[in-house]
Amino acid sequence: MTVPGYDPVVQGERIALVDLLDRVLAGGVVIVGDITLSIAEVDLVRVSLRALVTSISGLMEAMDDSQEYG
Amino acid sequence: MTANRGWVWMYGVTGEPPGAFADGVAGVGGVPPRTITAAGLTAVVGDVGDREYGEAALRRNLEDLDWLARTARAHHAILEAAAERGPVVPMRLATLFTSDAGVTGTLRDRADDFRKALSLIGARSEWGVKAYAVKPSDPVADPGHQVAGPEGPAAGPGAAYLQRRRAQLTASKDARSEALASARTVYAELSRFAVTSRLYPPQASDLAGQQTPMVLNAAYLVADERADEFAAATAGLTARHRFVELTLTGPWPAYSFVGEGDGPGQR
Repeated sequence: MTVPGYDPVVQGERIALVDLLDRVLAGGVVIVGDITLSIAEVDLVRVSLRALVTSISGLMEAMDDSQEYG
Repeated sequence: MTANRGWVWMYGVTGEPPGAFADGVAGVGGVPPRTITAAGLTAVVGDVGDREYGEAALRRNLEDLDWLARTARAHHAILEAAAERGPVVPMRLATLFTSDAGVTGTLRDRADDFRKALSLIGARSEWGVKAYAVKPSDPVADPGHQVAGPEGPAAGPGAAYLQRRRAQLTASKDARSEALASARTVYAELSRFAVTSRLYPPQASDLAGQQTPMVLNAAYLVADERADEFAAATAGLTARHRFVELTLTGPWPAYSFVGEGDGPGQR
């Protein structure tokens, strides 16, 4: 990525853990297959962590009622 | 140390091999990454031991926030290093295989998906935009509400208190709905600059290290040549919407835009 003023080292230090966990735990490609660790294990962990890392509140519920976003 | 059994940790997939990583680049478990190529794709992987990354250990470790933080940062560091050389499709944290053959098989089986994902994210980056509701007690946020207004001569201290408290609650409620309305506008406005976007649930205030509630936690996939425009638009919206404070993060590897299909919240 070539964005002006972008320094991966500095950037890495500045990244908030919560922002990173949003992405690495809920984003990315999920592979399901015999050769992987049971994804269910990871999903279980993810559920408990998501409860920790994220919260209810705000826009998500508000947006459920919103056709604009539907 | 009986690490006689190991696992292959998969970071992500690139089209062209990303080339040698700089000396000293260490990934998960402190191990430098290597690559596996198959079906015209390259997987960036690392070797990790069973003691820390085996099934039982992993389940325990993922619940340990320090371990999780370290591991997430190491996973991210390798993806960032790869993303500097070209598009990389990130894998979800803790994608592990028993052997290189498993990785090779996945590259072959999922080749079309990976190629599709690579073409979506090429020359584009992910940006995060979060909006926090401005505290209603902030006079900037509620100029219409004179919380400490003059009391009528007939009002005793109790009545005055109740009146103030009511005004505060109203102000707080108004500020909150204004903040949500602003968040909606911001989300829609910024979408115009993006290829696609995704909403994450707002983060809990204590974990996010913020006093004020988060009302928007969005990710956008933006063409690299529009990155400056996107940042400027974010700054402009911050100036125009006094009920929210916006923060911009990124560029990120495209974590939020490589999942299969249109997951919930993905547009």
